[in-house]
Amino acid sequence: MKKEMICIVCPVGCHLEIDDDLKVTGNQCKRGEVYAKEEVTNPTRVLTTTVAIKSDITRRLSVKSEKPIPKEKLFEAMAILNRVWKEAPVDLHEIIVENIADTKVNILSTRRISK
Amino acid sequence: MKTYDIVIIGGGSGGLAAAQAASDPNLDVLLLEKDAMLGGILNQCIHNGFGLHRYQTELTGPEYAQRAIEELRDCNVEIKMKTTLYHMEKKQDYLITYINQAEGEITIRAKAIIATTGSYERTRGAIGLPGSRPKGVLNAGVAQRYLNIEGYMVGKNIFILGSGDIGLIMARRMRLEGANVLGVAEIMPHPSGLTRNVVQCLHDFDIPLYLSHTITDIKGTDQLESITISEMDYTFNPIKDSEKTFEVDALLLSVGLIPDITTFNGLSFLKDERTNGAVVDQHFETSLEGLFIAGNALHIHDLVDWVSEESEKAGLAAKAYIHKRQGKKKCLVEVLGNQHINYVLPQTLDINNTLKDVTLSFRVKEKYDRAMLYLKQGEKTIIKKKARFLVPAEMERLSLPENIELQKDQPLELIVEVIPS
Ligand SMILES: Cc1cc2nc3c(=O)[nH]c(=O)nc-3n(C[C@H](O)[C@H](O)[C@H](O)COP(=O)(O)OP(=O)(O)OC[C@H]3O[C@@H](n4cnc5c(N)ncnc54)[C@H](O)[C@@H]3O)c2cc1C
Ligand code: SF4
Repeated sequence: MKKEMICIVCPVGCHLEIDDDLKVTGNQCKRGEVYAKEEVTNPTRVLTTTVAIKSDITRRLSVKSEKPIPKEKLFEAMAILNRVWKEAPVDLHEIIVENIADTKVNILSTRRISK
Repeated sequence: MKTYDIVIIGGGSGGLAAAQAASDPNLDVLLLEKDAMLGGILNQCIHNGFGLHRYQTELTGPEYAQRAIEELRDCNVEIKMKTTLYHMEKKQDYLITYINQAEGEITIRAKAIIATTGSYERTRGAIGLPGSRPKGVLNAGVAQRYLNIEGYMVGKNIFILGSGDIGLIMARRMRLEGANVLGVAEIMPHPSGLTRNVVQCLHDFDIPLYLSHTITDIKGTDQLESITISEMDYTFNPIKDSEKTFEVDALLLSVGLIPDITTFNGLSFLKDERTNGAVVDQHFETSLEGLFIAGNALHIHDLVDWVSEESEKAGLAAKAYIHKRQGKKKCLVEVLGNQHINYVLPQTLDINNTLKDVTLSFRVKEKYDRAMLYLKQGEKTIIKKKARFLVPAEMERLSLPENIELQKDQPLELIVEVIPS
């Protein structure tokens, strides 16, 4: 079965097609081929979201995954993060959850909240 | 009455960069921010994609803000938080009235002002949405703030009008938080946000994008109950029998941002009806001497990096103004764009002042795959270059040559010549 996608590596935005044998068509350069294969075999995304925090200035602490995690783990990671509860102070890039959803990737805070 | 040399209004990415650049051991510089935190809109933009130009790395909004705040730390700038400017007038100097809890209402004097007050979202009224007016119809940026800072969801079944980046980002964000996002409607035949966001925010989560569609009915007496969208023909009239109805409890509007200069209504400076902001010269000075405007308060930016760069230039220019330029006469040359260009900034160049390090920013009207760009004054061609993939969603930039020499009394013309494909 062929899968269609738009390449987002550069502004050209080629419409790519990839088949079961990982043959890519529609790309104008090599990077599109790499992108399409990656998207079919191991799509990953950086997760950015928030966790609850007790603080004087905000009720949410913004966080991100230190590296991209497998796309299919996004909702599992969200479920874990929805149960996290922090208290200020929190430093920038403090580890909030280690090895989220067994991805070997840590979740880090993306801001400093002093009180 | 206390007198400051430079007062910066708004502590978002623009105000932070302007304050840093304007700071000087010998000047009294003040930054006013109405919120409890610095960083402005960046604090609620928790997603990735900021800072690729300025810091050569991909940051989230809060991380970008943090860097800018840290860069300001050792500068000679007084910062007043939870302080709102609410009136300003010009006598000899500027008279500024602000309010905060600690001091109450205070009027101060300033020799120069840098306005970095950001933007506000176009509302339902501005686009004339039909139907009833229940609770649950709100701006996407407001919903973003509720979710990412205050910590609550505005609904469970969501529809989004407008495919700008804020709408796309919010579609993904609400989906990740467990809401059903039933779709995004866009009146134009093409998405107005970046392709990357269409792919990673909609395609990733199978959220349908209805192009050439808009909302033709809204139902609900107290709380929003349903919305109806219809397909538009090329004259933007609804096509009969194309209606689709969705049961939703929240409708998010992402239909554009407008520079927020409402607090400066008491001042008379030239405005540009295309940007809804001010007319400025290459130093971001308005037609009122000593009033500088930068960032989203001047024109809407898709990249924060250019907000910082622009505001930094405004900060340096305000400082130079205090040190040596007050009262000097300007000689302005107009900058015009041709029919393919929506707007160009700055709209004027002061040839009595330095023309070093000037960048023109512009947006095209439609998508052009290939084009030639010309910058001309009269018969003289100053720049000629090829351009590819010009789209309205992305601001284009063109740097002027270092040794540029301009004639007075003749406009500079920026020309986009479309090459048919
Ligand atoms: C939802 C959204 C998503 C975005 N995504 C991206 C992205 O992925 N990548 C990217 O590079 N850029 C992105 N941008 C663009 C970029 O982040 C903004 O253009 C930029 O941060 C604007 O900075 P600013 O300082 O001009 O305005 P703002 O950040 O809005 O700051 C204005 C400040 O002025 C203060 N203020 C206003 N009025 C007053 C007053 N009367 N008195 C005192 N203070 C006042 C406000 O409280 C605020 O802090 C996004 C923008 C938005 C809105
Ligand atoms: S295939 Fe190459 S040219 Fe086409 S969008 Fe991807 S990176 Fe750009």
